[in-house]
Formats: sequence, structure tokens, C-alpha cells
Amino acid sequence: MTTQPKLVELFEHGLDAPICLTWELTYACNLSCVHCLSSSGRRDPRELSTEECKAVIDELERMQVFYVNIGGGEPTVRPDFWELVDYATAHRVGVKFSTNGVKIDAEVAARLAASDYVDVQISLDGATADVNDLVRGPGSYATAIRAMEHLAAAGFAGFKISVVVTRQNAGQLDDFKAIADRYGAQLRLTRLRPSGRGADVWDELHPTAQQQRELYDWLLDHGENVLTGDSFFHLSAYGQSLPGLNLCGAGRVVCLIDPVGDVYACPFAIHESFLAGNVRAEGGFTRVWRESELFAELRSPQTGGACTKCRHFDSCRGGCMAAKFFTGLPLDGPDPECVQGYGADALLARGDVRPPKPGVDHSHRTAPARSPRRGHGPVPVTITRRRPERPPVSACEESPLAGLDLSGARSST
Amino acid sequence: MPAIDLDRAFDLHPQVAVRPEPFGALLYHFGTRRLSFLKDRTLLAVVRSLAAEPTARAACTAAGVTGADLPRYQRALGVLVQSQMVVERTP
Repeated sequence: MTTQPKLVELFEHGLDAPICLTWELTYACNLSCVHCLSSSGRRDPRELSTEECKAVIDELERMQVFYVNIGGGEPTVRPDFWELVDYATAHRVGVKFSTNGVKIDAEVAARLAASDYVDVQISLDGATADVNDLVRGPGSYATAIRAMEHLAAAGFAGFKISVVVTRQNAGQLDDFKAIADRYGAQLRLTRLRPSGRGADVWDELHPTAQQQRELYDWLLDHGENVLTGDSFFHLSAYGQSLPGLNLCGAGRVVCLIDPVGDVYACPFAIHESFLAGNVRAEGGFTRVWRESELFAELRSPQTGGACTKCRHFDSCRGGCMAAKFFTGLPLDGPDPECVQGYGADALLARGDVRPPKPGVDHSHRTAPARSPRRGHGPVPVTITRRRPERPPVSACEESPLAGLDLSGARSST
Repeated sequence: MPAIDLDRAFDLHPQVAVRPEPFGALLYHFGTRRLSFLKDRTLLAVVRSLAAEPTARAACTAAGVTGADLPRYQRALGVLVQSQMVVERTP
């Protein structure tokens, strides 16, 4: 079949349905990871209901989306999480969900191990507690390891351990592999994106040039035994291509549905510039995927700008759109981590121009609740309903009148 | 190159889902969690004929593949057998 065009060229024009899809079920999270790409923490009151989620799953079944990557926030804190997982698998939509492990006890692990259509991905950002907890918060390493122990004990072979490679853990790749081997799991390494709260820590946490080179060599050595979700295709400009499509799949083969039903071009691009529509609108997700102007634009031939003159353009194709956007670089220029060094030059040339801020922020206003202090019982409160058409005011809202409701009682924000 | 015996019966693995696309099809194996591509529509027709035909050769014929094209599709089926997308059917 060598006479056919290369698959990557076919995919650039998009598919009738995404190959896989990321679906963040909730912005609620028990953790406050410093690099959270969806700025999660607090639940959004406009979150899709159980019935709305099931309607999306029905659509995915009709579109023959093979599986969804469910994330958040921490998806397992949704009370209907297992109900939705069961509903998806009963409709032949496979589920891979990302979790920090907080709800994976022995019973849940046994249940997961019994299904062929569910895969689990435990997030871990350090091979040791000190490195991990610095990024993911105190106790999070122990939580993740406990979840892995439960999964291994239940006989769940090949669950994933997902690591965001940072300057602090880039030297621990062999240790991560050893942890995966110990629990019969598969290691997955992904790239730190300057998305969400990641924008605040990217400068200090993204791997150095030398670490990138070592990572590339390590990935080549380990081949398809280590998954990357295609996230390091910008490293292919070192020479040999890494396994995978080596293509920015945004709006072409992947996209993101966020907890309130907004559809973005990719999980790393939660910003109005990449918002294609909402699943609640008429025509649902299917219409957004097939008819949105933004996706049509992403599927049209891209110029590549200055990068097209580079002899490595065919292998890296200009790198990651979201990484460029959230570091304030032009989308048709080099990736900020361009291995040929053009990204570093572009970052310098950027000057004092401030990068765009993520559009949506659900970060905890304070650190997540710890165990209650002694002597402090429950506080009685009166719960009233927030008007659903009125979105919550972001903690970063600058207007002093934000959230003020002049028609009635004093604002509580 | 893996080759299969065209005179044996084959079938899609029961855990494999097939999604036709303009260029051919996408295959996803829920057991191995691997994705594969059929790079042309004729190969999709061959794969879809496997279940109803007594042999892989008959499935090829049903899809209009004959003569000089046969070895190419035989190899493609071999690759699919190797990745467990297609399995030999035992009577």
C-alpha cells in the first residue's frame, strides 16, 4: 500500500470523528497541582448533568469514537463517575481515565480489573515522594502508590503510570520505569505544557535543553514500551522520529470536552481562541466536530511560517500549538522548546509582551481542606442555589464590582 | 514479512471495532488497546468479507482482489494477524 499518501497527510484534513477524545468530567479536585493544565480545584455549578453526559456518550457511540480519555479535575470525585463509566462501556465506548488515585481502593481495583473496556492512568510526577509532592501536594505520592498497589493486587495488568516530565524529575526516568515494572504497569511520559496553572511554573519547571536531549535518547531506547501520547513530537527534530503520528492533532484527530460542555481543539488549549462550541447547543458534539469554523481552519493547510525554511520542519511540523500560544509566541513560528534553539531565540525576542492568560480558572481559592482541626465541629450553613445562567466569578477577576448583584442581597464572592 | 495461508478461514477479533474513514478505516482492539489503520477501502472490504467467506482467498475474491494484487493483500492480512486484529477461525 505504499502508493497511498502518508497517513499523517490524511489526518491533517481531519476525520469524521476524533480518534480519541479527552473529556474532563469535573473541575473539582482534591489536589492543587502547581502545573494543572485545566486550573482545576472547584466544581463548576454548570457542570454537565448525568443525563447530559449520557447523551454525549450516545453521540460518541454513534460516531464510533473508540475510547475517551476521561480526566478533570479528579473525575472519580463525581458521584456518578462509575455510573458513567458503566454506561460508556455498555455502549462500546472504551474508557481510559486519569486519576490521582484517591478513590482507588481494593474494591474499586477489583472491579476495574474485571473490565476489558476500562483502562486506568495514575498520575505521578516524581519517582520519589519529595519530588512528586513538591508539584502535586503533600501526601499525593503515597496516595498514588497505594492505588497502584491495589491495582496490582487485583491483577490489573498494564494500567498506566502517567508522568509529566519536568526539570525536577527528568533525571528519574529509569526510576519511573522501575516503579512501572514493579506494579506490572506501563509508563507514560508526557510533556509539561504552559497551559492552565502550568503557565505560572513553566519557566522554572520545563526541562532544560540538555534534559530534552537525554529524554529523546531515552525514549528512542525504550521504543513503543513507553507511551507518550505523541506529546514529544517536537523532539523528532533531533533526527530520528519518535513512535507515533508526529503531528499536532488539535481539532484533527483529538479535541477536548470540558466539564461544562465546551469543546476545545485540544486538552492543552482551554482558552476562548480555541473554543469550537458547546455540546449543549443544537446538533451536539457531532455538529461542533464536523461544522465548527475553528476546526475547519485547523484542518486547512497551515503555513508553518518561518519554520518551513528549517530542514527539520517535516519531522516536528512546528511543534505544539498550545505551547506556543501560552508562551506568547506566534502560532506559525517555532515551538518554545524547539530543539534547534529557535524557540529560545523567539522567547527572547518576545520582550515584555505578556502571554495570554488561560480563559477559565477553577483553582482552589486557598489550599484544599486538610483534616479538620480539633474543637472545630461542622459549621451550620444555609445553602441557596446560584442562578445557573450566572457563571461563578473567577478568583482572578479584576473588576471590583465582579459578581455584585445590585438587585438583591450582598454578593458573597 | 509475515504471510498467511490464504486457504484458511479468518475473522476479525471479537474485541476489534472497525470505523470506516474516507481513506480506508480505523481499527481499535479493546483487548490490546491498540489502534491500526487500513490504508485503503479495498482492504476494508476484504476484512469485512472474512467472516462470511470460507477462506481468506474467497474474501479477497469477494472484495474484487485477484491475480497480481493478491500477494499485497495477503501481506496486509498477515500484518493484521500479527497484531491480533484478525484471527484464524477454527471450525
